[in-house]
Amino acid sequence: MIDFTQSQLERYSRHILLNSVGVEGQLKLMNSRVLIIGAGGLGAPAAMYCAAAGIGRIGVVDADAVEVSNLQRQIIHFTKDIGALKVMSAKDKIEAINPDVTVEPVRAFVQASNIEGIIDGYDFVIDGTDNFATKFLINDACVMKRIPYSHGGILRFNGQTMTVLPKKSACYRCVFHKPPPENMIPTCSEAGVLGAVAGMLGTIQAAEALKYITGAGEVLADALLTFDALPMNFRKVKLRKNPKCAVCSEHPSITRLIDGQQIVCDLKK
Amino acid sequence: MLHSIDITKERCPMTMVKVKLKLSQIEKGDMLDVLLAEGEPLQSVPRTAEEQGHHVEEIRKEGAYYHVMIRK
Repeated sequence: MIDFTQSQLERYSRHILLNSVGVEGQLKLMNSRVLIIGAGGLGAPAAMYCAAAGIGRIGVVDADAVEVSNLQRQIIHFTKDIGALKVMSAKDKIEAINPDVTVEPVRAFVQASNIEGIIDGYDFVIDGTDNFATKFLINDACVMKRIPYSHGGILRFNGQTMTVLPKKSACYRCVFHKPPPENMIPTCSEAGVLGAVAGMLGTIQAAEALKYITGAGEVLADALLTFDALPMNFRKVKLRKNPKCAVCSEHPSITRLIDGQQIVCDLKK
Repeated sequence: MLHSIDITKERCPMTMVKVKLKLSQIEKGDMLDVLLAEGEPLQSVPRTAEEQGHHVEEIRKEGAYYHVMIRK
């Protein structure tokens, strides 16, 4: 029989009151596993909302330590955490928000050699990484292992996100094919971002994870949501699965994972 | 089967949260007797139960409180 402690009933009361979440949806959240790759601008708010929602197990993957320049947007890390591993800083905050959550910190960068082992066993993955090579790697690995995930990217005042249901909806590679040429990637001086834009996008990704797990509404599949926070315009572009996609089509040309070139700005993240 | 729950000591929104939990724990076809106070609980519990596809079969006043009989 479904049961909650008095404290859980009160903690999750605003979820339980929602008809499309309810008692059953909250139970699903408590029995689910979400992996957040990157404890940065997107991963920070995503992890905090997943924690608050009572996701049973939250994996956090990152190899970096907290730096002072992170604090303008990576709200899971505090000034006192400078120098600490991001995954440990994130674990502390997640447990402080909600002691019901089990946190699995993974101190690593995802690579072709380790990503399958890292994502294995999770119900949903949130891509909070900051470079194209890793975004394609996450896409390909999630498609191959049939794990739904949320893609997210931000730059300056802009954000974009889509949810991929492997083999069922358009994947990142259906739409973007391959990483952009180097001269199209912003240089250091162009790589600023408004802190709150990271919060907006990471929060959308968390909402997608919670919706996927509870079954509430429809996830952002076969669609790309983009926004520009300067005029605060949101746009949703319909997408279709590419029948010739290199990874998710019937006859994929990519059948094993390889590391792309890590073209990442040297600017301290 | 008849089940009962007393939410006269609860405050909004825990009134509805407790009823929703109880409804999730009983079998379809079972009856839930909810004892509640007038005002917000009396307004919201029967309405929300109906919205969720349950049937409110009777609302009966007893002293200062009400019994709302909900068929799952």
